[in-house]
Amino acid sequence: MRILSLVILCLMLSKTVVASEQIVLGLSQDEVAITANFDGSQILLFGAIQRDAPEPDGKMGVIITIAGPSKPIAVRKKEKRFGIWVNNQTVEVDAAPSFYAVATNAPFSEILLDVEDLRNKISIERAIRSVGAPMHIENSQSFTEAVIRIRKDQKLYQLLENEILVDQNTLFRTAIDMPANLTEGDYFTKIFLTRDGEIVSQFDTTIDVKKVGLERFLFNLSRQNPLIYGLMSLAIAIFAGWVASSFFRYIRHT
Amino acid sequence: MQIYLPIAEVSVNAFLLLGLGGFVGVLSGMFGVGGGFLMTPLLFFIGIPPAVAVATEANQIVASSFSGALAHLRRKTVDLKMGTVLLGGGLIGAVLGLYVFNYLKALGQVDLLVKLCYVVFLGVIGTLMLVESLNAIRRARSKTNVINRTNRHKGLVHTLPLKMRFKTSGLYISVIPPFAVGIFVGILSAIMGVGGGFIMVPAMIYILGMPTKVVVGTSLFQIIFVTGFTTLLHATTNYTVDIALAVLLLIGGVIGAQVGTQIGAKMQAEQLRILLSVLVLLVCLKLAMDLLIEPAELFSLGKLGI
Repeated sequence: MRILSLVILCLMLSKTVVASEQIVLGLSQDEVAITANFDGSQILLFGAIQRDAPEPDGKMGVIITIAGPSKPIAVRKKEKRFGIWVNNQTVEVDAAPSFYAVATNAPFSEILLDVEDLRNKISIERAIRSVGAPMHIENSQSFTEAVIRIRKDQKLYQLLENEILVDQNTLFRTAIDMPANLTEGDYFTKIFLTRDGEIVSQFDTTIDVKKVGLERFLFNLSRQNPLIYGLMSLAIAIFAGWVASSFFRYIRHT
Repeated sequence: MQIYLPIAEVSVNAFLLLGLGGFVGVLSGMFGVGGGFLMTPLLFFIGIPPAVAVATEANQIVASSFSGALAHLRRKTVDLKMGTVLLGGGLIGAVLGLYVFNYLKALGQVDLLVKLCYVVFLGVIGTLMLVESLNAIRRARSKTNVINRTNRHKGLVHTLPLKMRFKTSGLYISVIPPFAVGIFVGILSAIMGVGGGFIMVPAMIYILGMPTKVVVGTSLFQIIFVTGFTTLLHATTNYTVDIALAVLLLIGGVIGAQVGTQIGAKMQAEQLRILLSVLVLLVCLKLAMDLLIEPAELFSLGKLGI
């Protein structure tokens, strides 16, 4: 679903950074409404770099990350036992973001030092690995790699190198596609400005993803009044069965 | 047209769901099976989470079997007395099955056991039905006199106590075998997340010796209540019934069931059984392949505690 209204938020930097450069950000929307015909969403992020002094030297980098709510997941590995493939080993990943997108204006390694990545957990691998897998299972790294691989296939994890357009080293913009199978919650959005791989400015904001209207009503009812929800489901089913039966009988007799 | 399902939390094509519902509905009306054994794996295919697929499918079966059962009631091809006895066993079985299911879930291998259940039961029943139907057709063609099929189990269903007359089926047998069949099917339907018609129908024909024409309506009649009960259990304990998904499936399903009932009335019983047995074997084969062939992705992601 495309953006209906263009809400421009010009929020000033929330926390003061020592550097002379600051990020000013605009979002096409700060809310993603999941409606009955929701089929994914595209978020436009655009902003400017505000400078108190002439532009400093060094290669400039802009990195934007969007991280969905983290939920514990069970990663299972199949192995052949008695001729059939069964789930054998399970690794519990305490918290891995349900959605994670990283967009950059240049190849990732050129604009971010490894030590900064380690500190801020920006790359997909670091964002997942930071939760830590239990040590008793050998080759536990293959389990976290599996999480990344499976979720990349589902477009839930995205590495968008060179996807941020920067004009005159001041204005930047990008578009991030969010798939339809989103988890509800707060999506933490971070924008990093780097010089020679070091982070000089950071801006944080939140995109709220939530169900609205009928979707919201049905979801809440199923959780808060499960018995009524269940009876309602049955009533609809019985009614539909009766209508179809009567309708076809009517057709046959006329 | 894409539609977002509020409980399943995925976006799927509405026409695909209508089509699937219709296809399975036709089978439901033709064979007196709920169709869950076919629909549940199909829903996995299009990306519905298994827990939601199983619970929602139960709800959808209520609609298609109700629609089908009404058509059979008007044609007086439902043995209400037999259906009530089977249902009594079925409800007890469903509760027992839920306990078994939760126990297996605690062991962490519920997926595998559900699939193995499918492969074993579909394989055995499909093969038995196919062989039996082919033999019956061969006998009919060669026109040799053979012993009536229903006579074979006379010993068991006639020697047990608590005999009851089932007028519609033309039987005078003990209630213990049908009650036991009901319990057994109830357990399986709770574990496998299906109505259980694909087991109920052959059990009625081969164990109880009921006439084929009555079997379909009676099976649909008791499936309504067993799946309705299962829907409520899922909705109140796991919150996995997706009403939007159910509505789309059942719109296709109820229409399909009506069409299926018409087709079923025009076809010969033996042909019906051959078709059903081939279908059962195909689903069995597909599930067996999944277990035997090395999967492309060895890892899978799941929610914790489910």
